[in-house]
Amino acid sequence: MSTVSIPDFNQTIPIDSVGVEERVARLNKRSIKTESKLQGLKLALSMIDHTTLEGSDSEGKVIQLCKKARLPYAPMPDLPTVAAVCVYPNMVATAKKALEGTDVNVASVATAFPSGMAQLHIKLDDTRYAVAEGADEIDMVISRGEFLKGNYSFIFDEIAAVKEACGNAHLKVILESGELETYENVRKASDIAMYAGADFIKTSTGKIQPAATQPVTLVMLEAIRDFYRETGIKVGMKPAGGIRKAKEALQYLVLVKETLGADWLNKDLFRFGASSLTNDLLMQIIKQETGIYQSNIYFSND
Amino acid sequence: MSDQKTKSTKTEEKANGIPKPTSPNSDLKLDYSSFWNYSDAPESSDKVVIEDTYNHFINGEFVEPEKGRRFASVNPATEEVLSQFAEGTSEDVDKAVKAARKAYKNVWSKMPGRERGKYIFRIARMIQERSRELAIIESMDGGKPIRESRDVDIPLVAAHFFYYAGWADKLEYAFPGRKPEPLGVCGQIIPWNFPMLMLAWKIAPALATGNTVVLKPAETTPLTALRFAEICRDAGLPDGVVNIVTGAGQTGSEIVNHPDVNKVAFTGSTQVGKIIQKSLAGTDKKFTLELGGKGANIIFEDASIDQAVEGVVNAIFFNQGHVCCAGSRLIVQEGISDRFIQKLKDRMETLIVGDPLDKNTDIGAINSKEQYERIKTYLDLGGKEGAVMHQSSCDLPQNGYFCRPTIFTNVSQSNRIVQEEIFGPVLTIQTFRTPDEAVQKANNSPYGLSGGIWTDKGSKIFNTGQQVRAGVMWTNTFNKFDPTSPFGGYKESGVGREGGLHGLYPYVNLV
Amino acid sequence: MSDRIEVLKTYKTYVGGKFPRSESGHTYPVKDSSGNKIANACRCTRKDVRDAMVVARSAFSGWSSRSAYNRGQILYRIAEMLEGRKEQFQKELELAGLKKKVAAREIEQSVDRLIYYAGWTDKISQVFGTVNPVASAHFNFSMPDPTGVVGIIAPDNNHLLGLVSVIAPVIAGGNTCIVLASESNPLPAITFGEVLNDSDVPGGVVNILSGIQSEMISHLSSHMDVNGVWNAANNSDNRKQIDENGALNIKRIIHTPVVDWADEKHENPYLITNFQETKTTWHPVGN
Repeated sequence: MSTVSIPDFNQTIPIDSVGVEERVARLNKRSIKTESKLQGLKLALSMIDHTTLEGSDSEGKVIQLCKKARLPYAPMPDLPTVAAVCVYPNMVATAKKALEGTDVNVASVATAFPSGMAQLHIKLDDTRYAVAEGADEIDMVISRGEFLKGNYSFIFDEIAAVKEACGNAHLKVILESGELETYENVRKASDIAMYAGADFIKTSTGKIQPAATQPVTLVMLEAIRDFYRETGIKVGMKPAGGIRKAKEALQYLVLVKETLGADWLNKDLFRFGASSLTNDLLMQIIKQETGIYQSNIYFSND
Repeated sequence: MSDQKTKSTKTEEKANGIPKPTSPNSDLKLDYSSFWNYSDAPESSDKVVIEDTYNHFINGEFVEPEKGRRFASVNPATEEVLSQFAEGTSEDVDKAVKAARKAYKNVWSKMPGRERGKYIFRIARMIQERSRELAIIESMDGGKPIRESRDVDIPLVAAHFFYYAGWADKLEYAFPGRKPEPLGVCGQIIPWNFPMLMLAWKIAPALATGNTVVLKPAETTPLTALRFAEICRDAGLPDGVVNIVTGAGQTGSEIVNHPDVNKVAFTGSTQVGKIIQKSLAGTDKKFTLELGGKGANIIFEDASIDQAVEGVVNAIFFNQGHVCCAGSRLIVQEGISDRFIQKLKDRMETLIVGDPLDKNTDIGAINSKEQYERIKTYLDLGGKEGAVMHQSSCDLPQNGYFCRPTIFTNVSQSNRIVQEEIFGPVLTIQTFRTPDEAVQKANNSPYGLSGGIWTDKGSKIFNTGQQVRAGVMWTNTFNKFDPTSPFGGYKESGVGREGGLHGLYPYVNLV
Repeated sequence: MSDRIEVLKTYKTYVGGKFPRSESGHTYPVKDSSGNKIANACRCTRKDVRDAMVVARSAFSGWSSRSAYNRGQILYRIAEMLEGRKEQFQKELELAGLKKKVAAREIEQSVDRLIYYAGWTDKISQVFGTVNPVASAHFNFSMPDPTGVVGIIAPDNNHLLGLVSVIAPVIAGGNTCIVLASESNPLPAITFGEVLNDSDVPGGVVNILSGIQSEMISHLSSHMDVNGVWNAANNSDNRKQIDENGALNIKRIIHTPVVDWADEKHENPYLITNFQETKTTWHPVGN
């Protein structure tokens, strides 16, 4: 593992967008029924980074969120918890306390989220602060402006520095694919992030449209696969933003299953960054178990 | 530049017998099967009625075969008999040709193009209305996965009728400086790999140009053609314009050799194509032949590799590889060959082989026992020829004719598995070093139906694409079909084009 | 009249840009319409067909990859050279029994027909190519592409015009060819070879053999490296044999038993497209 050589990021790996989209369309044809559907829905639930990232966030709101994370649906206490809650750094301590005694991690966005338009030392301070407050996971953003300028070593160094600042916390690197425009850029940013030390790569902040898309996710999963072949290191994947429906979540899981396989089908290597997805998964799980279609008025909006 | 240098060094090393350095973790396995496997998702066939017996469709009605002989149509996924259909004899064929002639003379050739077109539009619409039923029957009768019959075959069938319907009253614009006239009665013989789609390719342009038709579907897949006959009847198509006579090779021969047939259109093997061409010698019958292929799929090292892998999967595993234009020869540049093959093997592990009616099935049943045996013969032959065979590790159903996706490496151009059309999910893989070598290998075949080129470099696509002698070049894609796009082969892959404006030529005389 | 002894012309074949004698070493007499012998012509055999095939095949890739513009220029050049040799053809056609005026008209029409096809070379793919509006995210176009090596059985009437009318469309489209000259009068065909040789036509693009057609047709039409046959002989006896042999390797076969090549309807682009394949190319449209 020690002899991993870093590729030349000025070289572009060609990606045909029509081919990527055709592949996704074909994967979307997978029909997930009966037991595999129920299993998939529960799996998706366990992979959620239950998220609130609003300027209006309050301690009260974060505590509510954590309660939902610990026990997504009271009538069914055996359901899995979500994987993590994801909050701003100043809410980390609140979340940490609210989740005490559970397996649910606290993830914090950092590095001048969502724009990343700040100096490196500020980003590092932001990161250290979140970690010090108790964050288990840090979701950083890359400097898209520098990336689009072609300043790839800047991006690499920044990620490496943030990784160091994370200490034991896991680092997720947000590419903000919606601002990178092409799949080739997404691929390149994925490679830079992984070689610089990312534990996860993540599509989006959720603040920019388009946020997560399946084609972008496929391109990133393929990057992870190539990185694994090259280094033996398993990097995780997190699509985030815009995933609201259980059906889409299952489609994402199909992408993972058929690109990376079973090893990635767990919360250690795959996450959904989402807020309203939780309830739709719950409604579908109950529909699967009871045969009765559900209404969202019976589910808390936390 | 430095990148190039490294690669050529690699090549030389291999030439010196020193193994090429591969990825440090090439032994890593990706596990595609141990967790979260898809439950069965069968498309229900409850709403589809298949009769115990079927008759010919002649002169607008279903008629008993004169001699009363019948064949069984078998579901290749279960080996169960689906139905008994009529064997057409010379009497049946003669009756059908007479009906077609009468309809041609009295009705169809006299009808204004606009009205003809409206009938064809009607047919297109009715196909859309009954699309799921047709898709299910197609999958039951022929073994192809419902995902393909539902999403590829039947939508293309409807699109084909729509496209040619619109030509019926615009033919004067299709042939610069000449006036088109219909030929008369067309005898059409179609294969079992795309039963309904091949029917559309044959019947739609024939009707649009004012001809009438006697069509024989393949003996292993007659059922959708007989459903189509119902659609013609429901659409009010004048009696005798479309006649469907079922049967095997002998029935086909009766159609080809019937003296009152003006044109023969055949899709099938090159071997039978040659017999047909020979039997038409000295006659004035026009003919088009869509025959076999051994398409070369060339992957350059600058290709978008993951999409190219997917392209190879589409090229050879689409429709169980029962595709005349399949990319059955992979020709991959040496520098990326190991990586490419590894990715292809990974991808093959995710292909689901099984029940054609299951919505998740990627590779259905081999169309018939005969074809299954033929493929098996080639699999054995590959080993004898010294090739290295790799198959995916998927489970196969207990009954029915199924074949795992298969690749052969360590093959030579002279091997029969490289030269001959296998018509199954079997790919041979060769490597090349220079574009010239790739083109030379691609063209080293009596066939010339399809070819594929994968590179990120536009000028290389045009240069290589010009040199490969094949009727359809898929560049950075493969096995795409569209009614507007002409299809057909060079050399022994056939004569004439089907689809698009070019698909009208074989059905007219220009005066 | 001087008492100088006239130098008679030896009629050979035209193969690979050279004028070899037949491998057989035999000739046969060519007679005028009254039955008087006017010259000897090479009596080519299957071996000459075989040798011509080799050079026609090797000339194909070069000729077919020339620009359409360049092929047009060369066809025009053939017309120029023919115009310059009118007198020679006049003499040969008259020798074979044509009336002076008829012969002159035939030569003029031959020149004009060459110019007609010279103009088609860079238009054929515009008129017969298409951009196909497929429903998926692909750009798709179809272009005519020459079939390969075409065997031509030249007409036995209009010895110059008929010959030009079958060679011009075949080579205008980028094919190379082997021509079995009119059996009764191959002399204008061999002389036309001299015109071709002076016209920048690469060696091997047009190969002209004389002889007894029935001795060569079966070998030409069954040859597995010939891609197409244009049978312009008005002789229904050969037809079935050519068709049957063609089936050996799915040859493209055209029969044009034309009575009068002077008729303008025998001058059209569909005679080019008879020996064109349609190649359709797909490419994704994306970023």
